[in-house]
Amino acid sequence: MSQSKKDETIKLIPGGITGPKTTIVNKTGSWRTFIPIFNKEKCNKCGICGIFCPEDCITEDEEGHRHPDYDFCKGCGICAEECPKDAIEMILDSKEG
Amino acid sequence: MIKSNILKENPKMKILEGSMAVAQTVKTCKPNIVSAYPITPQTHIVEDIAQMVADGEMQADYIKVDSEFSALSALIGACATGARTYSSTTSQGLALMFEVLFNASGMRMPIVMTVVNRALSAPLNIWNDQHDSIAVRDAGWIQLYAEDNQEACDLLPIAYKVAEDKEILLPTMCCMDGFVLTHTFEPVVIPEESLVDEFLPSFRPDYVLDPENPVTIGAYGGPEIYTEFRYQQHNAMINAEEKIERAMNEFGEMFGREYNLVDGYRLDDADIVLISMGSLLGTMKDAVDDMREDGVKVGILKITSYRPFPKEKIYEKIRGIETGIVFEKDVSIGMGAGLLNDLKSSLYGKKQTPSLYGFALGLGGRDVTIDNIKDAVNKLKTSKLDDFGFINLREEVL
Repeated sequence: MSQSKKDETIKLIPGGITGPKTTIVNKTGSWRTFIPIFNKEKCNKCGICGIFCPEDCITEDEEGHRHPDYDFCKGCGICAEECPKDAIEMILDSKEG
Repeated sequence: MIKSNILKENPKMKILEGSMAVAQTVKTCKPNIVSAYPITPQTHIVEDIAQMVADGEMQADYIKVDSEFSALSALIGACATGARTYSSTTSQGLALMFEVLFNASGMRMPIVMTVVNRALSAPLNIWNDQHDSIAVRDAGWIQLYAEDNQEACDLLPIAYKVAEDKEILLPTMCCMDGFVLTHTFEPVVIPEESLVDEFLPSFRPDYVLDPENPVTIGAYGGPEIYTEFRYQQHNAMINAEEKIERAMNEFGEMFGREYNLVDGYRLDDADIVLISMGSLLGTMKDAVDDMREDGVKVGILKITSYRPFPKEKIYEKIRGIETGIVFEKDVSIGMGAGLLNDLKSSLYGKKQTPSLYGFALGLGGRDVTIDNIKDAVNKLKTSKLDDFGFINLREEVL
């Protein structure tokens, strides 16, 4: 879990009404068992991984390579399954921190 | 007993079918959104509302949906935008709403819904009992039970007033017995619209879904906050007791019809108290009047508010009475019945409480007669009984 928000005390409004974008605050990366490792050498920059990602957490850099946001990636493995170049490997995630 | 000139004495009184009376009262509460899926014996309520909306008599949007699950889900969305909402359902429909009931309460949406009490399948049965609403008593909804059609109407504005109170914000079921009430023509006074306007302020929630000022309602809540949601709901339900009482008193002053969380009938010198909810009470009152003539000191405790459960008020009313008999149209299969169990748990450890016996009766629409009630009282006086049982059982088929 990310430690950044831990110290902030918020009051619970009945019904749990909060500001927008709660899905950005509620990080889901800790749910992951397997972590996708992207291999730049094999990647042809097609972007299929990002299209299929159900979390929409794969972003593109200036060179066109894709990077998962590990704060939100739940490790579903769909990107690895769909990658036509087998450039994504799912490995057992370590749970420290 | 209806005197023949009752309508002349009270020009506002009309002879209406229960469903129609409820529909006309809903109109006076001015919901913005009505969403419903028809199911016997609730159908006439939503049918009459649909007619009034189509005729332009009622200024509400009427959403036709594919199921009860959708009916209640649509109301959560509507309520979150600040709309006053109404629906009604029964039995299997309520069962299909099960998941959504908890969402409505957890998100603190003050939806008001008439639950027309009907038996649950199997066996397939469309007739009246109260197993349906009792089975969802833990969903976080206020539950009020009507004895007659006038009460089924009058509880609606009271329900909105309490549900929408910013210190409460809990959805509310106004329960009425299917067929026995919904399909019976009784003299009723529909609450006057101008008085309801005065009694029931507009719904103005602090937070609404609004693209100009976005909020999140119904977000995920993990182990670090889930307990606090339930704690707040629990406290709101307990606080609702006082709010309901206040709303009922205010209603009584404005409309001249008195209601209470619990009511006693010929209870002051009673040795035996009969306890129930809903339309059974009418039959029980006749039975009590008969038994009183025969010298049996028997009275009635009527429970109108089942959630919140007014523990102290109940104790005050029945303290010192020797025996209590609970008549109810539901079973907690294998472990007594809803009202019996709650009464026992609320009286546990208190002094001078009656020995409680519970009877399930009137299940799946079986008629309950005055003699059934008297027989149960006699049986208890003459033989030793278990604390819970079924009466009027057809032994010959077992």
